[in-house]
Amino acid sequence: MPNMAPEKNPMPTQDPVERSRNFDEVALGYTAEQAIDEAQRCLNCKHKPCVGGCPVKIHIPAFIEQVAKGDFEAAYQIISEASSLPAVCGRVCPQENQCESKCVRGIKGEPVAIGRLERFVADWHNANATEPARKPASNGHKVAVVGSGPSGLACAGDLAKKGYEVTVFEALHLAGGVLVYGIPEFRLPKAIVQKEVDTLIQLGVKVETNVVIGKTITIDELMQEYGFEAVFIGSGAGLPKFMRIPGENLKGVYSANEFLTRINLMKAYRPDSHTPIQHGKRVAVVGGGNVAMDAARCARRLGAEVSIVYRRTETELPARREEVEHAMEEGIQFRFLTNPLSIAGDEQGWVTSMRCQQMTLGEPDASGRRSPVAVEGSEFDLPVDCVIMALGTSPNPLIKATTDGLETQRWGGIVVEEETGRTSREGIYAGGDAVTGAATVILAMGAGKTAATAIDEYLSKK
Amino acid sequence: MNRILRKEVLNPSVTLMEVEAPLVAKKAEPGQFIILRVDEDGERIPLTVADFDREAGSITIIFQVVGATTRKLNQLSEGDFIHDFVGPLGRATHTEGLKKVAVVGGGVGCAIAYPVAKKLHQQGCEVHAIVGFRNRELVILEEAFETASTKLVRMSDDGSWGEKGLVTDALKQLIESGEQYDEVITIGPLIMMKFVCQLTKQYGIKTVASMNPIMIDGTGMCGGCRLTVGGETKFACVDGPEFDGHLIDFDEAMARSATYRDFEHHAYEETCNLFKGVGENA
Repeated sequence: MPNMAPEKNPMPTQDPVERSRNFDEVALGYTAEQAIDEAQRCLNCKHKPCVGGCPVKIHIPAFIEQVAKGDFEAAYQIISEASSLPAVCGRVCPQENQCESKCVRGIKGEPVAIGRLERFVADWHNANATEPARKPASNGHKVAVVGSGPSGLACAGDLAKKGYEVTVFEALHLAGGVLVYGIPEFRLPKAIVQKEVDTLIQLGVKVETNVVIGKTITIDELMQEYGFEAVFIGSGAGLPKFMRIPGENLKGVYSANEFLTRINLMKAYRPDSHTPIQHGKRVAVVGGGNVAMDAARCARRLGAEVSIVYRRTETELPARREEVEHAMEEGIQFRFLTNPLSIAGDEQGWVTSMRCQQMTLGEPDASGRRSPVAVEGSEFDLPVDCVIMALGTSPNPLIKATTDGLETQRWGGIVVEEETGRTSREGIYAGGDAVTGAATVILAMGAGKTAATAIDEYLSKK
Repeated sequence: MNRILRKEVLNPSVTLMEVEAPLVAKKAEPGQFIILRVDEDGERIPLTVADFDREAGSITIIFQVVGATTRKLNQLSEGDFIHDFVGPLGRATHTEGLKKVAVVGGGVGCAIAYPVAKKLHQQGCEVHAIVGFRNRELVILEEAFETASTKLVRMSDDGSWGEKGLVTDALKQLIESGEQYDEVITIGPLIMMKFVCQLTKQYGIKTVASMNPIMIDGTGMCGGCRLTVGGETKFACVDGPEFDGHLIDFDEAMARSATYRDFEHHAYEETCNLFKGVGENA
């Protein structure tokens, strides 16, 4: 008999007051008992709507069935067939809009906590599996992967398992891409990312850090001089957007990328770090996505009073519900229907306040969201000493600028055939944010896997 | 990990290091920069390429000990390794078609001005190098500039080396005496570059200034290196580091460069004390 409790087993979390002062992981994960109990809520329905909601089509009811039986390793093997980064995706996937949104149990209550179960299974495997991954026999083909974020890691992993000689090139000094520079430790511990990278290395993948493709080596050189028969571009969307308002270059104004990179990649949150970061007293974060929540929660942990300034309402916030709730619990203020106009500073060029305007929602725009309209005469000054701009990012132009014949969209995204990730250049594939613009970890991972299959087909025929 | 092939003390606070980095050396051009981390958990700092040897596969960097990181770097010896070394980043200096150029360098900025002068000189351009230092003790690369220029003007603040005065005085004199430059290239402290640009603007001479702002990744990702050029925000790491000097907002650049002054001063003191301890025990 399935467990008919209408609600999910709640996720154990660190106390909000406690955690708003540390960088340890917020969600603590299910115990084996909680996982089995939650797994028993799954009806194992025949038409499996959840699988349709998963970008990489994990056999969700099958893995959950194994969890219910207590065979966690079998569950892990089922997830691994479809996903390269289960411990990561179990934490950062927006399950509420994907698999869980389709769950039959969600009609009369809460859906099965698929994400939490995925995370439990992956963590159980990482803690209990002792066998290191084995390097398969080489098939002699060399493939280069540009970027070590979710799409690159997924593509490299799948190709390595098929016997390809894969080299991953990373511009920074550490592999992981947005998983290490962007997503904070309290949401995705860096040890988990390192574990995924280590597994790839066990599979025979070479990771070359400190190589900027497009600068140190071009894609054409990889193919002509270094003997790579195919290249996957997973260089992400790393270019931060600014608002182009007066005062944006004052001291104390950061892009979310810079603020998060200093804290996550460069460990500025540790007292012994050599990376400077401003410990603002009153911080405004502009934007409403997951990156805005991450930046706000980091600033809070460094001791600031933090407001999120967002020009629409709570309903339109693009961030995951869970992240918004966590931010609110941690004491972050939300100023909805508020839009910055300019930033003012003191004589030394430090931020002192941000001039804002009240907004109201008008007609829906092309994206279906109601566009904000300014309320005349509603300007006011928000006293702040630090402003973090979390307005989204666009693809890095370095590769486009140095690869002839690589077709891109006007906004910079690389043009690919969706089913294969094939670009306008033979042997060159691309996926993730470099193609779509800023999106999710799971979509990037899925694109990396799609390209790996296509590269395998392409090179098998050669 | 990149090995230090050669270390040379150029003056009491400025050091030259030739570093093994074949991939970077293969591509580097004057005007470009590298980013390094001295050790695990270290800060990422940008340094402009002072010279490169494609055959030896090496990059020369010249740095002034100003903070905790450069101090740690300066503690390394020949044969030691630098943990991370990435590049070449940024755009190369535009030298094509230039027939007569004044290269104006100040202090440790001369280390960056030198490869630019050398390249121009090698392509047959008439190079007037105007280099300034606070005093004789701080002079670097004098011989190098002699071989890379058609005319070398030495300036010092106290008159202990060459003429007493500022590089702008020397530049003004040359322009007034009828020298006609296609371009002026200036590299040095922000305040010096600001005044060089103010001067050349009066004469309508195109001027390029090399900026060295605070940076993390060097690939356009963080935006920490942004500056205002002609009213637009630019990223020094990908759009520069060289910009039209008449359009740069130098006052903003100077304010931004001081963002972490207090932190850096504190970190520097800490590192000093750390090394003091090591020295005393040794």
